Amino acid sequence: MIYLDNAATSWPKPNCVNEAITRFLRDVGANPGRSGHRLANEAERIRFDAREGIAALLGVSDPLRIAFTLNATTALNIVIQGLLPPGAHVVTTGIEHNAVLRPLRMLEQRGVSISIAPCGRDGGMDAAVIDDFIRPETRLIVANHASNVSGTVLPIRQIGERARARGIPFLVDAAQTAGCLPINLDADNIDVLAFTGHKGLLGPTGTGGLAIHDDVDVGCLPPLICGGTGSRSEHQVQPDFLPDKYEGGTPNSVGLAGLAASVRYVLDRGVETIRAHEKRFAGRLIDGLGRIPRITVVGPGDPVRQTAIVSFIIDGLSCSNVALALDEQFEIMCRPGLHCAPLAHSSLGTLPDGTVRFAPGPHTTEGEIDQAIAAVVRLAGAEA
Amino acid sequence: MNTYAVILVYSTSHAIQAERVLKKAGLPAKLIPTPRHLSSDCGSALRIAVEDRSRTEQLLAEARVSIDRIELLDE
Repeated sequence: MIYLDNAATSWPKPNCVNEAITRFLRDVGANPGRSGHRLANEAERIRFDAREGIAALLGVSDPLRIAFTLNATTALNIVIQGLLPPGAHVVTTGIEHNAVLRPLRMLEQRGVSISIAPCGRDGGMDAAVIDDFIRPETRLIVANHASNVSGTVLPIRQIGERARARGIPFLVDAAQTAGCLPINLDADNIDVLAFTGHKGLLGPTGTGGLAIHDDVDVGCLPPLICGGTGSRSEHQVQPDFLPDKYEGGTPNSVGLAGLAASVRYVLDRGVETIRAHEKRFAGRLIDGLGRIPRITVVGPGDPVRQTAIVSFIIDGLSCSNVALALDEQFEIMCRPGLHCAPLAHSSLGTLPDGTVRFAPGPHTTEGEIDQAIAAVVRLAGAEA
Repeated sequence: MNTYAVILVYSTSHAIQAERVLKKAGLPAKLIPTPRHLSSDCGSALRIAVEDRSRTEQLLAEARVSIDRIELLDE
């Protein structure tokens, strides 16, 4: 079996993740932040390990500026819904995922206006384009670090530079890039970054969060969910300090135990090493698939300008049939269709049919890439 | 009867952050349920020896760990 669906969720996880989860369930189990007994304290230490790891990975000096949520979607919603009252304006890009677009469209119904800076047919954009859309009432710029459809990497540092020059908060959706591409909140001019734990960070599902730049004041960013935190228990209002402000309710401690281990794994292996590995595979896929007649590779077609994701279409064949054949005949797992990103597909020119997406991960081998290419050759030829 | 110093913090995340800073410096600190008469802000607090108080304050300030305050506790 060949798993090429790491952009949906990475698999397999490093063994240390499986072990950390089992250990937590078997030996720790308690609820962090509550109770104060030795098991609860140990659970909090493990959660802190996860905070420290993520902070180190993203260049945040204070681990308490990492607030955990259940996924990147919740993290994005906190910022998007928190910073955009009726009458506000937001700038975003043409390769966003629905995790950004759906909350924006909901707010649009309440009087928020949206500008979408267009992306080219390769999904890319020049950061200067953002300038054309900024207005006096712009309250947020939100951009995808890399497309989950084509892998195209956006120039977030340059976009952030423009946001910073105008004092507009800059939110980055790093669902596809945390753990895969080097990120430093300060150097990349990012105010708040939403990450997920279960993709490039190699942790379990149900983990994600916000990384907040050391200099950003969260006083004007209200929580989306309020509830018990174990702190300020005599008060009926949500604590206003980090990370509790955004962590109401029992956390996914089991998942965070796995995330603490997976982030340690990523830090030990090195993001640069993982990036080099994935770049090589993206290049191999682009070359291999690009040579097959009837196949169009979507996106930059350049491993330097994209993540390991390579999307393609076979002329005359539906994406879903290709994916079904890859699964049934070749035991290759991939994702066909629109990938929860209709706007990105519109920019890439692949609406309404979508694409077939191969997404290798840090555990993919060269042999698997070659087998996948050979399988696509068979499918493209056999059904010609 | 022993007298301890108790570091009161805003959350258990802060408590662990302080615990790590002190541990790295070789200062023993014990996580305890916060004595109710001292504070009800956070369920956990850190208990240290009275003689370590000023060094602790210095270490936490250097590491920019925010704490509520330090109180004395007789047990």
